[in-house]
Amino acid sequence: MPELSRRRALTTAAALTATAGAHTAVAPATRANDHHTPGSPDSPGSLASPASPASFDEVYKGRRIQGRPTAGGGHHGDGHHGGGHHGAGYAVFVDGVELHVMRNADGSWISVVSHYDPVPTPRAAARAAVDELRGARLLPFPAN
Amino acid sequence: MTVRKNQASLTAEEKRRFVAAVLELKRSGRYDAFVTTHNAFILGDTDNGERTGHRSPSFLPWHRRFLLEFERALQSVDASVALPYWDWSVDRSTRASLWAPDFLGGTGRSLDGRVMDGAFAASTGNWPISVRVDGRTYLRRALGASVRELPTRAEVDSVLAMATYDMAPWNSASEGFRNHLEGWRGVNLHNRVHVWVGGQMATGVSPNDPVFWLHHAYIDKLWAQWQRRHPGSAYVPAAGTPDVVDLNETMKPWNDTTPADLLDHTAHYAFDTD
Repeated sequence: MPELSRRRALTTAAALTATAGAHTAVAPATRANDHHTPGSPDSPGSLASPASPASFDEVYKGRRIQGRPTAGGGHHGDGHHGGGHHGAGYAVFVDGVELHVMRNADGSWISVVSHYDPVPTPRAAARAAVDELRGARLLPFPAN
Repeated sequence: MTVRKNQASLTAEEKRRFVAAVLELKRSGRYDAFVTTHNAFILGDTDNGERTGHRSPSFLPWHRRFLLEFERALQSVDASVALPYWDWSVDRSTRASLWAPDFLGGTGRSLDGRVMDGAFAASTGNWPISVRVDGRTYLRRALGASVRELPTRAEVDSVLAMATYDMAPWNSASEGFRNHLEGWRGVNLHNRVHVWVGGQMATGVSPNDPVFWLHHAYIDKLWAQWQRRHPGSAYVPAAGTPDVVDLNETMKPWNDTTPADLLDHTAHYAFDTD
């Protein structure tokens, strides 16, 4: 069973990497926001506004966390509701592996490793994930 | 007839049989299918899209059916087993018998959160975490670390007093009983308990910790208590709501049962104290 799940994880990781590369290429408009100074505040008003929060890129507790708006949803399926990924419109990565995040109706955020505990911004969700992981590697989420 | 008992009142033999049945489902691979299903809904249920298992009116009937499926699986191993419930407003300390080595085992060690005792400790070899979101394959907990206090009885009562089942926009922003019980608004009952336990219970793969079932069995009991307290209040919405399971619409993944079919738990089980 562990052998099977590792193979599956590796296969999915390869697919994801390819998808992420293609994704960056078709969304050049978001690149301009990609390199905020680490530690800069998240976009003000993100709690109230339906607009996507700004990108971020920093090293937190020794791990690289990145976040950026995505052009639409559906860049990969979770294979469950039949409609694919719910299209958060924003992607977060920990050391290059996508962390599944979700925005709540009130503008707060959660991630799959901290799913019952909303925080104000996607950067806060990424940091909470690093805290929770304690150095463990994240698995690409379609393999979860 | 299945009788769901308070975990605190189980006999040693009842605990032993429950644990053995859970371990057998794990060994056979049936347990992990439940974890996979739950995570798929956690990832798929969104406030502005289709929502079924969580952050929606069907949170309660969906979990009632999910627990029934799990309980039936347990009973296929040992017909005497029923799901116990954990009243976390009473058994609210890490010293509760729930966390003893003869039942679920205790909190994780500080180094890495690893649970070190009980039948579900990784060292037994009987509880590999296979459906997971990170590289760690051992059961973890951090009881009371991320949030200090479990909900109190007074907080539970304040939510049971809410007469309206649920309200538009039928999601995590709603007022009403369902969302306050789920915990996205207000004093926060169900969500806070997941956070209090920590480890896998705080994640989308929360059924990896067997306490998931005891937590949800108590949430389910609170729904039954609410129904008795508000006999004139009904499940809503009744019809015609996009992305939301109406009273007579079938629920995924079963597609053969509606909230209306699940309102009366007594068709399936009773509680020790009603």
